[in-house]
Amino acid sequence: MGLKTLLTTHIGAGDSHTLKHYQSVGGYESLKKAISEMTAEQIVNDVKNSGLRGRGGAGFPTGNKWGFIPKTEKPKYLICNGDEGEPGTFKDRMLLERFPHMLIEGMIIAAKAIDSHQGYIYIRGEFHKGIRIVETAVEEAYKAGLLGKNVLGLGYDFDLAVYSGAGAYICGEESALINSLEGRRGHPRLKPPFPAVSGLYACPTVVNNVETFCNVPHIIRMTGEEYKKIGTEKSPGTRLFAVSGHVKKPGIYEVEMGTPMKELIYDICGGIKNDKSLKAVIPGGSSSPILTAEEAMTATMDYESIASLKSMLGSGAVIILSEETDLVETTYRLAEFYSHESCGQCTPCREGTHWVKDLLHKIKVGEGTEKDVELIFSLSRNMEGGTTICPLADACVMAVRPTMTKFKEEFSLRLKKEVSVSH
Amino acid sequence: MAYQFSQESEKRFQRLIPQFPSKRSLILPCLFLLQTDKGFVDTEGMQYIADRIGAPVSLAQVHGVATFYTMYNKKPVGKLHIQICANISCYLAGSDSITEHVCSKLGIKKGETTKDKKYTVDEVQCLGACGFGPVAQINDKYYENLTPESIEKILSELEKEG
Repeated sequence: MGLKTLLTTHIGAGDSHTLKHYQSVGGYESLKKAISEMTAEQIVNDVKNSGLRGRGGAGFPTGNKWGFIPKTEKPKYLICNGDEGEPGTFKDRMLLERFPHMLIEGMIIAAKAIDSHQGYIYIRGEFHKGIRIVETAVEEAYKAGLLGKNVLGLGYDFDLAVYSGAGAYICGEESALINSLEGRRGHPRLKPPFPAVSGLYACPTVVNNVETFCNVPHIIRMTGEEYKKIGTEKSPGTRLFAVSGHVKKPGIYEVEMGTPMKELIYDICGGIKNDKSLKAVIPGGSSSPILTAEEAMTATMDYESIASLKSMLGSGAVIILSEETDLVETTYRLAEFYSHESCGQCTPCREGTHWVKDLLHKIKVGEGTEKDVELIFSLSRNMEGGTTICPLADACVMAVRPTMTKFKEEFSLRLKKEVSVSH
Repeated sequence: MAYQFSQESEKRFQRLIPQFPSKRSLILPCLFLLQTDKGFVDTEGMQYIADRIGAPVSLAQVHGVATFYTMYNKKPVGKLHIQICANISCYLAGSDSITEHVCSKLGIKKGETTKDKKYTVDEVQCLGACGFGPVAQINDKYYENLTPESIEKILSELEKEG
């Protein structure tokens, strides 16, 4: 366990984003293998055998997702979700800027697996540099005959276009992303039907994250069976962890799944900034419930271990909080984020996130009371567990309630001392 | 003269058309073309987009999209649009001091534009560069690991570049 590179092996090369460099290190060889030697079913099975789970947040098995696409006459669409917006998460931006051809190769292989001839790479709008680099890579791939009619002269057609988001966190949710790509407000859709049946333009659609697609060429190259030997049995492969907060060496680290969190924080990232002690860790993006320092020291970086601590590996963003962290302030900032990003479709989310944020603000400025704390807990019960179309309200609850429970004392200290009035 | 796409935007518009089976998908990229041309999105420009895309896209639909997404400026912004991330990782790295410093230096509050229309300062949610906080986006570019001194230097260099 520990550092292990598959995706980031050539991170040091200054021109890793170019077709020339990518091909010089074996890039697009997996595509040749997939198109000339494998059937669509074999590709899906290989990905299923690898045990690859989506690297966007939900961790759904990728091969199974591809297997859900019905064999109909309708066009099938393939979408890369590059709308990275979860606070703490910054790994996909690096992949887009450094390894666009790895993404394109993974997408063409996935396209063949589901019989798709049109794909879109949806990138969050703020990533101007990433968008430019990916657009250039797509142009290079067209010129080299890797995209368009008759890919590699092997009789498969696949077109790929880049689409820029316009600043809406909710578009990271796949059905909201589909609405956005259709030129609509990014409102999540009711499910079912799931995108595999009725997605983009009401046609079967697969949406995968950037990191997920980047794993595909490696799985085809080494076979699913071999890939599965990396990591843990239920969480195979490597994972890019984006580490931020109070740590000496923040950054993106590719490690084998199952690496102890302690090793990631202290050995790989150099420990806590200014040699302070660890207070807590948010292990998988801002919506993953917080872990106390004690919990964090027992965790390993895989889906099961983090789930056993009632949190999530999520988007692979690890936020380190030292003893000096003001948890009331950080919790308020996260609630403010979810309140700002609620799309407004569902009342429990639209009203709830806003209300929670306002109550936390009261507590933060020393004007809160025990009743406000109770109200946050009461509101949060109405915001979770399927009361809304998408999980944004749940995400807000998960960012707020566990912190208020596990660090109750810190919140209590900020409460206004209620004065009892005698009559 | 009524607004129409600049030459460059028209070229990009023509390249976009064959990429989508539904014309409606053109709304978001067209709004970016409008913003590139004018600096912000206004009713005249949105009507032009609706006309260029054609039925069934209407002004109301273009407007509905423009108002949903935060990256479309609904009013003019300064020549340098400084957007400072205030979310968790940047906050932990000290983004508040960057915002305060920039605002006091320019003599404006968050969300305001200087009288000479040179600068607009906004606090924004996560910019997705959390390991390198505090981060600011100035127009199309990210500036990372900021300190009050470094952002001051960056701004004075940008001002020199005109």
